Amino acid sequence: MSYLTDVAIDARALIERVVRKSDGAYVLFEGIVRNHHEGHAVESIFYDAYRPMAEKEIEKILRDVEEIFPGIALAVTHRLGHLIVGDSSIAIVAASSHRAESFNACRMMIDRIKETVPIWKKERGPEGEEWVGWQGRC
Amino acid sequence: MTVRLLFFAVLRDIAAADHRDLSLPDGTTAADVWQTLRSTYSKLADYVQPPLIAINESYATAEAVLRDGDELAFIPPVAGG
Repeated sequence: MSYLTDVAIDARALIERVVRKSDGAYVLFEGIVRNHHEGHAVESIFYDAYRPMAEKEIEKILRDVEEIFPGIALAVTHRLGHLIVGDSSIAIVAASSHRAESFNACRMMIDRIKETVPIWKKERGPEGEEWVGWQGRC
Repeated sequence: MTVRLLFFAVLRDIAAADHRDLSLPDGTTAADVWQTLRSTYSKLADYVQPPLIAINESYATAEAVLRDGDELAFIPPVAGG
């Protein structure tokens, strides 16, 4: 199963894949493309990835979070390619018997994905385009 | 030995390629390859320290010694989500 997609994310399908009859709650997180970043207007974002490694890293994170929250059910999809303002770039669903585990697991998933998964974004706007995080860092 | 160097994101733009096959002497480290890139591409000259490194799709250290057939990638700051 792939955690990456080149087409629009169907969050409802993700929920239906994850939620079980024993669950009393699910949390859906969607990251969406906003129209600004650090004072610059943003019109679109191009997402790039080291695909096979990104798949492995997401899998590792998912397994770690499952261990930390026994009984949790998780699903995640990250979209790649050219996205415009308002598009969903990532969707994460966490489902559990009680809400606390779903909130915490979902938060941990997105935080860790943003830290280590080799996915990059190039923002495009009226002032030009730029790879996020590159300037002044390495 | 031959190592395949993959370029992603900003590094792909700078190198104007998505990969390059390198013939390297035994004992070459990932850090050595980064220094070669710095001298090859002026836009990287100021980046003394390499970014994160992946060998065969797993994070590795800059001191990791490369082996024949390895797939090496420098990982610019990630920005998923």
